[in-house]
Formats: sequence, C-alpha cells, structure tokens
Amino acid sequence: MIDRAFSLGIYAIIALVIATFGWIIGDVIIKGISVVSWEFLISEPEDAGRAGGIAPILVSTLYVLIIALVIALPLGISAAIWLAEFSQNQSHTLHVGIILDVLAGVPSIVYGLFGNAFFCIYLGLGYSLLSGGLTLACMILPVFIRTCESGIRSVQSDWRLGGLALGMRRSVVIWKILLPAAQPAIIAGLILSIGRATAETAALLFTSGYVDRMPESIFDSARVLAVHIYDLTMNVTGGDETAYGSALILIVLIILLNTLAQGFIDSWFKRSGHYR
Amino acid sequence: MIVAETLAPRLSEDIIESRAPAHIKVNELAIYYGKKLAVNGISLSLHRGKITALIGPSGCGKTSFLTTLNQLSKLNNQVTVTGEIHFDGENLTQNNVDLLSLRRRVGMIFQKPNPFPLSIFKNLDIPLKEHGFKNRAERIEKIENALKAVGLWDEVKDRLNTSALSLSGGQQQRLCIARALVLEPEVLLMDEPCSALDPISSGIVEELISSLRDKYTVVIVTHNLAQAKRISDYTAFFWTQNGAGKLIEFNNTRQLFSGPKDERTAAYISGIKG
Repeated sequence: MIDRAFSLGIYAIIALVIATFGWIIGDVIIKGISVVSWEFLISEPEDAGRAGGIAPILVSTLYVLIIALVIALPLGISAAIWLAEFSQNQSHTLHVGIILDVLAGVPSIVYGLFGNAFFCIYLGLGYSLLSGGLTLACMILPVFIRTCESGIRSVQSDWRLGGLALGMRRSVVIWKILLPAAQPAIIAGLILSIGRATAETAALLFTSGYVDRMPESIFDSARVLAVHIYDLTMNVTGGDETAYGSALILIVLIILLNTLAQGFIDSWFKRSGHYR
Repeated sequence: MIVAETLAPRLSEDIIESRAPAHIKVNELAIYYGKKLAVNGISLSLHRGKITALIGPSGCGKTSFLTTLNQLSKLNNQVTVTGEIHFDGENLTQNNVDLLSLRRRVGMIFQKPNPFPLSIFKNLDIPLKEHGFKNRAERIEKIENALKAVGLWDEVKDRLNTSALSLSGGQQQRLCIARALVLEPEVLLMDEPCSALDPISSGIVEELISSLRDKYTVVIVTHNLAQAKRISDYTAFFWTQNGAGKLIEFNNTRQLFSGPKDERTAAYISGIKG
C-alpha cells in the first residue's frame, strides 16, 4: 500500500516536472513561431526590435560564445588535469577545489561587475565582444574544471598504472588513455558551459553592452540574444512578440550547439580509437 | 639403486640452478611508507630466465617489493626505499635511473586485467609507438608475434579492431601479458596474475607463465601455494614481524617446500599459520 502510494507520488512528481517544462517550451513555441522565418534570421532589427530580425544579435551571440569557449576549453582541461593528476599537495588541491566551488556559485551579475571593472576599464577593452567573451569564460570555468576533474579522477587507476608500467610518458598516458576515458564527463561539462554561456544576460549587460548593430570586429560593442530578449520584454513596449521569437531561436540554438559539441568530441575521440 | 636414480636428476638440476646467473641482485632492501617501516631485510638474487615466486600472507610487503623493481613505487611520494637493487650495473634505488627505459625492460602484469579501453590492436600499438617504433609494418609484425606468444592470435586475429574490453577475463589478462611482451622486456613482474580469473582461464594463464621460463626472468606474487610449487624455480617467503614485512626465507622452490629452514615457513606452507 505504502509502496503503491510511493510510486504514484514519484510518477506525479515526474509528470509535474515534465508538464512545467513542456508548458514553458510550448508557450515559447506557440507565441514565437509566428515571428520566426528566414527573413527574421537574416535581417537587422528595426524600431528598437519590435520589427525586423535578429541577424546582428545572432552573430554577436556566436562571437561571444566562441571567444568564451576558445579560452575556457584549453584552460579548463589543463586545470582539471593539474588538479586530478599533478597536484601532489593534498591541501592545495582541496583549497583550489573549494575556491572553484565558491566561484561556481557566484551570481553572474557579479561576474558582470568584475568583467566591467577588469576587462572593460582596467584592461581598456571597453564594452566589446571580447570583454563579454572573457567574462563568460571566467564564469563557466569553475563548473567546467570541476566536471572535467571529477571525470579524470574517476578513470580507473589500473589504466594509469598500466600505462606507466609500460614505460609510457605521463603526458601520453593522460592524453591517449585518461582523457578519452573521461570523455563523457568532458562532454557533460561542455554542454553545461555552452548552455550557461549562450543564455547569459547579466554578465554581458555591462561587458559586451546592448548595441544592436552588426559587429565589425571583436572590439565592437554588441548585443547577444539573451540581452535582446531582456531588453524587448523589459524596456520595449510591444516587443513581446519578437522577444518570444528570439527566445525560440535561443532554445533551438542551444540544442543545436550541444549536438554539435557532442558530435565534434565524439569524432575526435573516435579517431583515437576509444571504446566506452 | 633406486635412491641413486631419483637423486641423480635432482642433483644435476640443482647444479644447473645454482649456476643460473643473477639478473637482479637485491641487497638489504627496506621500504618505508612515510616514517613507518613496511618491509625490510630483503636480500635475494633473481636469476636470469627463472621464475621466482613471492609467497606469504597479505600485507607482508610482497607487492611493495615488486613495485620497487620497476620503480612504480616512486609514484607514491610517501614511499622511500633504502638498500640496493642491482640491475645490469645500475642501482635502481639511486635517483638517476631512466624510468621509461627501465619499465620497458621490466614489464608488469597486474592482479586485475587492465587492457586500455582501446582496440586490441591499439593496446599493443600505442606502447610500441611510444617506445619509438615508427615503422608500421614492423609494429604489426611485433604485435602478431606477441599475440602468438600468449596464444591469443588465433582467437583475435579477425577482430583486432574491436574493443579489448569485449574479451573475457582470461583473454584480457593474456592481452596484458602480450602488451608487456611486445616491448621485448627482460624481466616480468606479476602481481597475482591469476587470482581474478576463473579456474580454467587461470590454468591457461599459468601455463603461459610457465612457458615464459628461460626467455624471461619472472617474479610472481601468488597466494596459491600449489601454483608457486608448480611453476616457480625459486620461492621467497615473506612474513609479518613486529608490524612490518620481512623476507624470512629464500631458496629454490623444491628445497623450500620440502625442507623449509625456518619454522614460520614450515608452518605457513603446511597451512598451520597465515
């Protein structure tokens, strides 16, 4: 009897979660689909975004994301390798770990303030795609490092020992055996990071700005999708429809990017001949 | 007459055995974990082309000793080693040993088979590449020979590109032995290589180890006394004394099992203790 009630309860909770999720997505699709067209994707916004499209905004979003990933990926994986494999001092590892966990929990608006103070003002990059990308990199690094680190740590130590016992260099053991074995964790970290970075508003308001022109270089100020949605809903009366359209594009973009990232890493590791 | 007949082959065997030159000579080796003494009093010679079994209860330092021979013990920076391990004119306990070439010459097989999560072929190919074999044809030939040496070639030749993890436990262990052999080592260290296998696979692997005699110097840790008796030429008996492991007795296997000199050895091999 209790068992039955328990499993019913579990099902009810699952249904609730799915329903909420479905409602949000459904709402965005229903209200946004009428705006979305090829024309919407390739034209400039007009009338403060009430009409026209989102071409420059899409381009800016991709710029910022690519800058953030190009910086965060190698740094993050290297840091994870150091934490999991090289750091001999247990208390160092522990402290760095705690600092990363705290940083992972810092609200994004704080990263925005830091980015504004450090990248825009101190380094003189001003409101620009570069400032925004760098700020996003700082923001996604903690979670990315921690996910990769735990992935590398959880690789069987038998493989580590086996490789070293064959007289293989440590770097080769890490590169050819441990990293590919940690692939699922690295993908998970990457997907989390892409999701957070693409959907970020607060950290970018004060770093890449909200100019809705097509950026000409990474030193230009520009507006990303999430900021565009925020601006349309909060500051532009009558902008709801295009806001919904942009939100729909944002969701599709995130799904697309995640699939791409997964496929890219998959083929990368397949070339090295790994099996799961 | 009967006595003479039974003694004659034994005697000649003994003479041959005592003539086998020492491949690795260990002198007063002691291993510490931090400040705590883990094993001490290890002085023995590992003879070229012979199989030496290390026996004794768990936690008496057999595996610790084994990992000093390929300096895998260095991975743990808590471990310090005193004494001497002479291998080919070099003292391994000194700090200037080239670990990569040492580990190529001294291969190791672990208790749990640990093939990499790669194809069967790549499991052998990556170590070869790593040790500078650039010619692919040469690598392929070496891989085939190594797989033949462990009797795995016929079983896997049609699926070299499938995952090594899809092999059975016994096959995986033989693959690991092939992976060590492909680098043409002189010494093979084995840490209970049969204990994680089913009886049939265990038998096959044991036969394989036995066939490595003469070509390689083998050091094998085993908890299976019958196995030690069957396959080894020499046996070293370790025992825990005052909280630390100690080498109690080292002799050729037949003499150690038939006439142990130390009463602890006698008690252990007869099953009274340990």
